Amino acid sequence: MPAGNVPRVTRGRPDVEVQQLRRTFQVAERDAGLVAALRGLGRRRTREVTAVDGVSFRVDPGEVVGFLGPNGAGKTTTLKMLTGLLHPTAGEARVLDAVPWRREPAFLARITLVMGNRNQLQWDLPALDSYEMNRSIYRLPPASFRRDRDDLVELLGIGDLVRKPVRTLSLGERMKAEIVGALLHQPQVLFLDEPTLGLDLVMQRRIRTFLAEYNRRRGATILLTSHYMADVEALCSRVLLIDTGRLLFDGSLRALADRFQARQTVTVTLADHAADLSGQMSGYGEVVQAEGGRVVLLVERERTSAVAGRILAEHRVDDLTIEDPSIEDVIERAFAGGAAS
Amino acid sequence: MTAAPLTRAPTPTVPWGGPGRRGPRHLLDFYLTTARTAIAEQFQYRAANYAYMIGMVVEPVVYLVVWTTVAKAEGGAVGGVTAGDFVAYYIVWTLVRNMNIVFTPYGWEERIREGHFSALLLRPMHPLHFDLAYFAGWKVVVIILWLPIAALLSLAFHPTFSLTWARAGAFVVAIWGAYLVRSLVLWLLGMLTFWTTRVSAPFELFFTLELLLSGRLVPLTLMPDWAQSIAAWTPFPSTFGFPIDTLAGNLDGPELARGLGVQLLWVLIGWGLVRLTWPRAVRRYAAVGG
Repeated sequence: MPAGNVPRVTRGRPDVEVQQLRRTFQVAERDAGLVAALRGLGRRRTREVTAVDGVSFRVDPGEVVGFLGPNGAGKTTTLKMLTGLLHPTAGEARVLDAVPWRREPAFLARITLVMGNRNQLQWDLPALDSYEMNRSIYRLPPASFRRDRDDLVELLGIGDLVRKPVRTLSLGERMKAEIVGALLHQPQVLFLDEPTLGLDLVMQRRIRTFLAEYNRRRGATILLTSHYMADVEALCSRVLLIDTGRLLFDGSLRALADRFQARQTVTVTLADHAADLSGQMSGYGEVVQAEGGRVVLLVERERTSAVAGRILAEHRVDDLTIEDPSIEDVIERAFAGGAAS
Repeated sequence: MTAAPLTRAPTPTVPWGGPGRRGPRHLLDFYLTTARTAIAEQFQYRAANYAYMIGMVVEPVVYLVVWTTVAKAEGGAVGGVTAGDFVAYYIVWTLVRNMNIVFTPYGWEERIREGHFSALLLRPMHPLHFDLAYFAGWKVVVIILWLPIAALLSLAFHPTFSLTWARAGAFVVAIWGAYLVRSLVLWLLGMLTFWTTRVSAPFELFFTLELLLSGRLVPLTLMPDWAQSIAAWTPFPSTFGFPIDTLAGNLDGPELARGLGVQLLWVLIGWGLVRLTWPRAVRRYAAVGG
């Protein structure tokens, strides 16, 4: 890991602070067909689309925060504003004490943005050449650059790949090479937009482990969007839920589960495998599966203990388990409910 | 709701990565590194580059054949330009043309539409530096590949050169001056794309005017006086006619110095306008899809 075991930094104030951030786009629209096209010659019809609608949050130093939402929710637009790629329509933001869209070099040198669907390396050259360019762009001292580069390359296990033209690498290999390039300048705040998009499970896990390690050793702040809940569960202590440009929830995964996880799954395996007890079991909760003496029930959280006790008392039970629903289910439920935080 | 003022983040207590000292030395390091990268990349495509350059030779050879034929028919010269002068002019033309190929304004639409600008904008330096450095590296490849082409054309058409050390030195400076002027002018033109995606009409108008007023189609001395007067107020002669005349013409010391001075002036004007326009242009970057 670059710079060795650097202790977690205590910076006290937020690294990212956003207040009432809003971004709208003017989108041209017309009906299909020639008549509509001809009508559009006279007056162009546009519609204002609000991508981000008054979002406020803060991210403290060293935090890893998941930024979650369905497609078109406003996640990427927010990240683009926080990295200075987009100017907001309204609102305020500060990242590392800088207004991102002023794009001051000192600010840009302390952040990075990794986009899972975008290539920032020179396509026709080995990644090593792009890394060398990054050294000159970020004005890194050659000796520390080489040390950090080699450490990152080793940590991600791409020693053989960085000498091959980027265009010959697989998606996963390229993403790892991208991440090395994005971290060479030791950014203080990492904005990661779907960093594991399209990767196989092994590769996803490797990148997650790497990011967790980077955060642990450097104390870097990470704001991460991902559609893979495994990323979020492995990395994020806190999540922001956004939908239609509005922030629905801001809190820990535990708090999210408590809020939206209304029911738990109770799985009962009865001693009498041949018994068809689904009718009787429906009195305990919603039966979602009943087969060969095994019954799966959904039970309101506050009733789970009592229901489990009743089942054990009233039936001969071989096995009984109580599980929380998956984080995917919780988040799906949150978006379905559109609950405010 | 009124947003409360945001708190200030303190300076980190450990040295975070980022730029070391900024200054001309580091900018030079960036230019050299990026140019080296471009050279490596373009040498990978040397066959394609050669095919491209050979394709570009067709245009000056057509001009060359037409004008030398006219000169011979006129008794050896047109407006004081001999057949040998025409050959020299269009052989140097091939290098100058390749030297002033820079990032095309047509490429801006894709950069903006596909979000390719994002990677450049995330860097702690003006994106113009990357284009200047990268294409400068490509020019090194172009010059190396041009030498045998120029030798072959010289053997085939017998140019007349009256070369002096001063002219050769001025030419080396002038081709890079032409490169800078055209880079800046086309960057300004490309920035129009931030305001409208229907940019092909102004681009075509620009390139037509450039063809006529730069010395690309025909040496400027053969153009009517009024056209020469107009051209003198544009950057076009600095990108074509002047660097060609530096090597293939008979410019004396003061004329060389004046031409280089005009190039410098256009570089300063171009850089100033880019600095002025860029902040307004980049505000309009929507980074769609990028």
